[in-house]
Amino acid sequence: MAYVAIADRDHVLHDPQTFIRKYIWSQDHKVIAIQYAITAISIGLVALAMSVLMRLQLGFPNTFSLIAPHNYYQFITMHGMIMVIYLLTALFLGGFGNYLIPLMCGARDMVFPYMNMLSYWVYLLAVLVLVAAFFVPGGPTGAGWTLYPPQSVLPGTPGATWGIVLMLLSLGIFIVAFTMGGLNYVTTVLQARCRGMTLMRMPLSVWGILMATVLGLLAFPALLVGAVMMTLDCLLGTSFFLPAVISMGQPPTHNGGSPLLFQHLFWFFGHPEVYIVALPAFGIVSDLLSTHARRHIFGYRMMVWAILAIGCLSFVVWAHHMYVSGMNPYFGFFFATTTLIIAVPTAIKVYNWVLTLWRGDIHLTVPMLFAIGFIFTFVNGGLTGLFLGNVTVDVPLSATYFVVGHFHMVMGVSPILVVFGAIYHWYPKITGRMLNDTLGRIHFWLTFLGTYAIYLPMHYLGILGVPRRYYAFGGTTFIPPSAHWANVAITVSALFVAAVQLVFLFNLIWSLSKGKPAGSNPWRATTLEWQTPDTPPKHGNWGPKLPVVYRWAYDYSVPGAKEDFIPQNQPAGDQTPEGEPAEHVPPTAHGAPV
Amino acid sequence: MSLTVAFVALLIGVVVWALLARRLIAKPWETHGTMDTSQGENATGVPSARIGLWILLAVITSLFGLFISAYWMRMEHGHGDWNPIPIPHVLWLNTTALILSSACMQMARGAAKGAHPHRVNVALIAAGLLALAFLAGQLLAWQELNASGYFVTGNPATAFFYLLTGVHGLHLLGGLVVWARTVARMTRAGVESIDVRLSVELCTVYWHYLLLVWLVLFGVLLST
Repeated sequence: MAYVAIADRDHVLHDPQTFIRKYIWSQDHKVIAIQYAITAISIGLVALAMSVLMRLQLGFPNTFSLIAPHNYYQFITMHGMIMVIYLLTALFLGGFGNYLIPLMCGARDMVFPYMNMLSYWVYLLAVLVLVAAFFVPGGPTGAGWTLYPPQSVLPGTPGATWGIVLMLLSLGIFIVAFTMGGLNYVTTVLQARCRGMTLMRMPLSVWGILMATVLGLLAFPALLVGAVMMTLDCLLGTSFFLPAVISMGQPPTHNGGSPLLFQHLFWFFGHPEVYIVALPAFGIVSDLLSTHARRHIFGYRMMVWAILAIGCLSFVVWAHHMYVSGMNPYFGFFFATTTLIIAVPTAIKVYNWVLTLWRGDIHLTVPMLFAIGFIFTFVNGGLTGLFLGNVTVDVPLSATYFVVGHFHMVMGVSPILVVFGAIYHWYPKITGRMLNDTLGRIHFWLTFLGTYAIYLPMHYLGILGVPRRYYAFGGTTFIPPSAHWANVAITVSALFVAAVQLVFLFNLIWSLSKGKPAGSNPWRATTLEWQTPDTPPKHGNWGPKLPVVYRWAYDYSVPGAKEDFIPQNQPAGDQTPEGEPAEHVPPTAHGAPV
Repeated sequence: MSLTVAFVALLIGVVVWALLARRLIAKPWETHGTMDTSQGENATGVPSARIGLWILLAVITSLFGLFISAYWMRMEHGHGDWNPIPIPHVLWLNTTALILSSACMQMARGAAKGAHPHRVNVALIAAGLLALAFLAGQLLAWQELNASGYFVTGNPATAFFYLLTGVHGLHLLGGLVVWARTVARMTRAGVESIDVRLSVELCTVYWHYLLLVWLVLFGVLLST
């Protein structure tokens, strides 16, 4: 069947002229990426503000009376849900995925641009429905971000009438938006790579985003199933999840439902979700490290295989979130084993990052600082994950601050450090200007050290047995006064770190007009997005001709080459001195890649 | 749940094997040049819309797989509150209508390949009408159950019956929207157009897929 690829169709090249078509109802992947990013960061700031209010309550329970107990639960719920789904998932896949996939693969745009546009607007709708929960009677749900029934729908939990329904509705809408975007990302990677861009020549950023999207496409349906069934329980009175509960002295309205079923569905989505956030971060950080260390990524093939292995394994570990829900010991044994196995490919990635730095020509630019900060934070967070992956250790620690410290390190701070690094790295391409370096360094050091000051003490609090999820501890005797002082210190650090993010926001806006002009390739990077004819890239990305790729993405410091980087679209003959065969690179030149 | 896991593992395995296995052992740092064999602007050589549809089918399979897992788990966890319901007889009629609808789609696809505009038209419209008949029949089944006192709030078997048939019906409804657009496009552009042929082909794949899903769901509902 004769078929014309979308990249070749003429209409893609016609620049949209009006302001509205260009910046609002745009089908250009770069504009959609920026729309996604701005929306995600804005709603993320709301979640940040909520965490500040919660920390004020925990650090100074008797001084500030800004929030009531029911607000605390609502904020804890919204903070978690927004950060994990509406900020990180949307920013990594909708933001970076949209911006980087076509540019890194050498495509003019996503394969289905109209659906891409629709994906953003549906996502915005999901965010608006989520925010609407603040303005309905009873406010947003306070069920915790896991929304466990039966308490999420029983009276007494904040937002048990309106809030929970809006939350479930918003999640459903988000999943529709994500599916539209995800179809695009996967199809674009499979279809629209330029000539010469084989799968194994793709930068690891694309690999990470691709695998995360596949995970999302297969895992989000579990959340959708849970959300649909819980909505029916709330609105129609079915008993999928709700057992017979005598609530507030009223006779039970439901009968026989299984709360455990919801937990299984939720975590069947919830654990892959960890990797939906982590894999793009893994990919992006690999590219940052390689570029700023002027060295090829160590063990490229291992990195790709590890991404695939993590993706597959992430579907068989979900019940390690449910050790305290009660389960057959053999079941727990199985999930503890798979959980520890998934540490193997993850550790391979960490070793390869460190070995990429070894003997590299390390430039401590701001993106590099964030990338190295990520390695430290991720290792710290990952090691406590080994503790919690074991049933016998998890059971006493599960309800304490140890868990809060662990997942904020591994799933909060680590990906956010990569987000920052990626923004400092690609901002010059997106806007044509550099971000201010001094402000960037201030931002990095205060954020990096500040987050350690927040989350490291939480591990000690957890081992002391300080329970999480509590609004105030009152006169609990087993919690020593020193724990309270730790809480004060954590709150002060949290306020500090939150304030430092304002420096970052200021930098983003100030540099738009006042930043140093960046030129087309300020980091002297090899990947295709830095080789566009215009910076920022115009609609259609590549001018009249698509690029052709001749090499992998990591030709840094190749011996004999004129410069310390060779762009992917540079033909083989150009950089090799005469007399040496162009098709062959001596193995010693690259060390010995795995 | 274990079934879903097995399914997802299998699905990922097949995808990785089929698409990637050979390419994943390439050593990109050793070879330079364009490697002309594998790449073009349409890298797989398959229309993008077809790949998009197959990915969508994987997502929908995951969705229904999880619904069915939930069905079985709710049955196990429920401590004896599960009372099987009498399956309305009209469902057999509906199933026949859906099979015929799928067969008509297949005929339309065959006719589109041979470029018989009239036959495509007739078969395509017949397929759509039969699918509508199926949906009407499903509503009839709901009504029948409701009239005999099996409300959605009643026992979980009833609730699941409404839920599973409802979700399947919604997917068919989505298919009918695409079907209507295909019919409209065909009257505008004629069956010779590549786009129309592709649309008919993709509708056919989706129809067969939803028939398969329905047969599985019907089997699950009948067996419990």
